[in-house]
Amino acid sequence: MSNAVSVLNGASFSGLVKVADSGLGGMITLRGDHASATLQAVVKSVTGAEVPAIRKITFGAAGAVAWMTPDELLLLVDYAEVDAVVAKLSEALAGEHHLAVNVSDARACFSVEGEAASEVIAKVAPVDLAPGKFVAGDFRRTRFSQIAAAFWLDEAGVYHVVCFRSVGEYMFNLLKTAAHPQSKVGVYA
Amino acid sequence: MLILECPYCGVHAEETELHGGGEAHLKRFGPGSSDDDFHDYLFMRENPRGVHLERWRHVNGCGKWFHAARCTQTLEVFATYSAQTTEPPQEVKDKISAKRPGWSWREFKG
Repeated sequence: MSNAVSVLNGASFSGLVKVADSGLGGMITLRGDHASATLQAVVKSVTGAEVPAIRKITFGAAGAVAWMTPDELLLLVDYAEVDAVVAKLSEALAGEHHLAVNVSDARACFSVEGEAASEVIAKVAPVDLAPGKFVAGDFRRTRFSQIAAAFWLDEAGVYHVVCFRSVGEYMFNLLKTAAHPQSKVGVYA
Repeated sequence: MLILECPYCGVHAEETELHGGGEAHLKRFGPGSSDDDFHDYLFMRENPRGVHLERWRHVNGCGKWFHAARCTQTLEVFATYSAQTTEPPQEVKDKISAKRPGWSWREFKG
């Protein structure tokens, strides 16, 4: 068994905010009918979270569930549990039109933490992050400069950014540049 | 800047999050059609000054295709609507008519 590591193996940077590689996380793409009772039940059983409303993320004891498209969810679970969870999903949804795939190793995840976090992200993504416009539990797919990405805000005020692993280093460098200590704009201050 | 509301995820996406997909409601003429029909299907596109119906894809977002009705002269957006249709729904036509009475685009009219 190879020794799995996240894209930048836990690298971090402190500037206007603290940007850090979040380490290994389990991610599952689940496509199917959000309104299906079977799907809702199995999602609840594997993560402890409800199926989220449009552009939301919900948290449970064993993971989180994010709204990706009208027919797709992103399940965030423990890295070591992914294969077991995919097997559980496939078993529970057998006979229903669905797709459950382990995409953990195709993704990179970063946390952006600090008072200026909204400003740092707003510099590189076309999203309104003014106070009250993007709140804890909101989830947004968008672009970060030249690459596709998604991010959410948790209850502790920390932004979590997800992108493809192949562009993980680009994302880290981009966030580092946006968080350069001398680049404060103060637009949301 | 052009801002379109994605009818699938409700995001007010600006142009850099989207990808233009060309003219809307094309009728395909494939094998077995006449040369003239095939030629028109391939090459003849509307290039209006005013009301235009287009396809767009929310590429840096939910990834879904949708339709937009907008004005090429003012960049005013009348409405966006589902991709699962071969003609603009009546409510979209009404919205265009309210702003541009007497409009027409290909076979569609207000």
